[in-house]
Amino acid sequence: MFGNFILLLDSTVRLSMPLLFAALAGLYSERSGVFDIGLEGKMLAAAFAAAAVGVLTGSVWLGLLAGIGISVFLALVHGFACITARGNQIVAGVAINFLAAGLTALIGHAYFQRGGRTPGLDDDARFIPINWPGAEALRDVPIIGPIYFELISGHNLLVYIGFLTVAVTWFVVFRTRFGLRLRAVGENPAAVDTAGISVTLMRYQAVIICGVLCGFAGAYLSTAQSASFVPNMSAGKGFIALAALIFAKWRPVPVLYACLLFGFLDALGIRLQGYAFPVIGEVPVQIIQALPYILTVVLLAGFIGRADPPKAGGVPYVKER
Amino acid sequence: MSRGELPRWVDYGLIPLLNLAAAFLVAGLVVIAVGENPLEAVELMLFGAFGYGEGFGFTLYYATNFIFTGLAVAVAFHAGLFNIGGEGQAYVAGLGVAIVCLLLDRFVPWWITAPFALMAGAAFGAFWAFVPGYLQAKRGSHIVITTIMFNFIAAALMTYMLVNVLRQPGSMAPESRTFEEGGRIPRIDWLFEWFGGNLGGAQTNISLFLALIMAFAVWVFIWRTRLGYRMRTLGQNPTAAVYAGMRPPRLIMIAMAISGGLAGMMALNEIMGVHGRLILEFAGGAGFVGIAVALMGRAHPVGIVLAALLFGALYQGGAELAFSMPSITRDMIIAIQGLVILFAGALEGLFRPAIVRIFDAMRDARKRGNDAPQAAE
Repeated sequence: MFGNFILLLDSTVRLSMPLLFAALAGLYSERSGVFDIGLEGKMLAAAFAAAAVGVLTGSVWLGLLAGIGISVFLALVHGFACITARGNQIVAGVAINFLAAGLTALIGHAYFQRGGRTPGLDDDARFIPINWPGAEALRDVPIIGPIYFELISGHNLLVYIGFLTVAVTWFVVFRTRFGLRLRAVGENPAAVDTAGISVTLMRYQAVIICGVLCGFAGAYLSTAQSASFVPNMSAGKGFIALAALIFAKWRPVPVLYACLLFGFLDALGIRLQGYAFPVIGEVPVQIIQALPYILTVVLLAGFIGRADPPKAGGVPYVKER
Repeated sequence: MSRGELPRWVDYGLIPLLNLAAAFLVAGLVVIAVGENPLEAVELMLFGAFGYGEGFGFTLYYATNFIFTGLAVAVAFHAGLFNIGGEGQAYVAGLGVAIVCLLLDRFVPWWITAPFALMAGAAFGAFWAFVPGYLQAKRGSHIVITTIMFNFIAAALMTYMLVNVLRQPGSMAPESRTFEEGGRIPRIDWLFEWFGGNLGGAQTNISLFLALIMAFAVWVFIWRTRLGYRMRTLGQNPTAAVYAGMRPPRLIMIAMAISGGLAGMMALNEIMGVHGRLILEFAGGAGFVGIAVALMGRAHPVGIVLAALLFGALYQGGAELAFSMPSITRDMIIAIQGLVILFAGALEGLFRPAIVRIFDAMRDARKRGNDAPQAAE
């Protein structure tokens, strides 16, 4: 029972990582006043680029770099449309999602001739689990052993970077001048402008950070969680990340909890498939799968607390003349 | 016409065409990037979509779906709402259509089943959009996020219904039983035969006419009724709507319900017209194409019908293209869709300033030409 529970938490951590990176990415963008429903697309494009470059060069780092590069490029397209061209942010996000879904499968098929998949990656081109010192030795110690062996040790590098990013994001957003300006530009861009800070520059910086983090999310999917790219492998994770971001009310530490919760539901859904409970019988796996979305709707409707987005979100900034 | 304004034909004709041209230019570059000839690709697509009866039939069948979902997005647009949940609304509507068909198909002919199925489908779709509308109007949650969430909830709900409730005993396939004659709407072979064509295997059916009727009805509704006027007022200026004594929450809920109902009618084409049973994922992304169609068509029914035809041709032509060119798959259509949404939607203002400048310059030149003789007098 305890062992099973630890395994469940272990897969929770693994499954929540792409959500965590993407949700933190969205946090920067949305805090600056640029709504981003294109997290999904950026993640997918990064997953493809990371796997494709990983296959071609055999280097996990070049793969990660390529993933970040393509994701930042899409973020800049989004930024150009939303900030410079003052287009509709939702429409731009939808466009990014379609572009990524279509182009990754198309180019993947044309290049690798495997129906859009990339060939499998070698261990050199992947983020492989890191075993911490003493993990093997402690393995059989009751309680602490399994926790240390399964839960703390044995994850890949990106998992640890993911947890670190939460702390860094909290520090950046709430304890630095950049963070103050970032929050201000999403709440009241006119005030930031009056203070002599460029709203455009702030928002572009935020969008680029968003691209970098989506790059991590995508690279995690194809080079850490699995060992190749499969068309549409992001499978709605970008939207769950968006839900987690709202659920966390656009704050970094609650984002971690929300992502872990949604990751836990995902892990639970996989484990409960075909499992019959004593009294209620088999729980339909679809209910557990839909739970993140239902919870987000309920939260947004104000039935459990309130989730108010940054006030200037979704509105292009026009300098008054 | 004053400076900075453009004639209607430029606003509704030239600019959308320029946006579309930009999208296709980039798509052409993608085709070159995967090592094929873009002009040849266009030729193959055009022939596949319009060149013969069956191909054109498929184009019209796709276009039917896109007219419904495009109208759905457009109605919400006019009320200032972005209904991104057409996909989920259409999907859930399939349940309504299928339930009516399963109940009636063995007892009555199709022309009795169809109106009830249509009503049930529209009602299910309307409900699936009404809830996000209600949450926006009364609880202040953002309609875009709620409708996205409802798409996923719809997917889970429909999988559950198909796997656990509607699946045939003893069958592994997650689908309902196939309807009898009373649950099928007729194809329109006769229309093609009039013109000497042959519909072949295309499942084009009478829901095409329903789509066109709905396009006209939406035009009447938006521009010729009091409720439509109110919705447009709300969309243009919510504050003015409140001062004029309108009630935005009520309008939001009605607009969303109508939008969802229109998206839901798409299920008639797929469930009663094509598949003859309820299957998984039958909406196949048509709800999202509706966004591109509404943007391209500038939320006007005439524009939407034309844009739906364009996307129908893209879907059918794209399928032919994928068949003929080994490096290209149907994913090309998704990419083109993304480019159209980007250029016709998010970047719609890209060319406008330049065109305004050209027109202003032309107008000034004409004015100077007119003024000159008067000065001489």
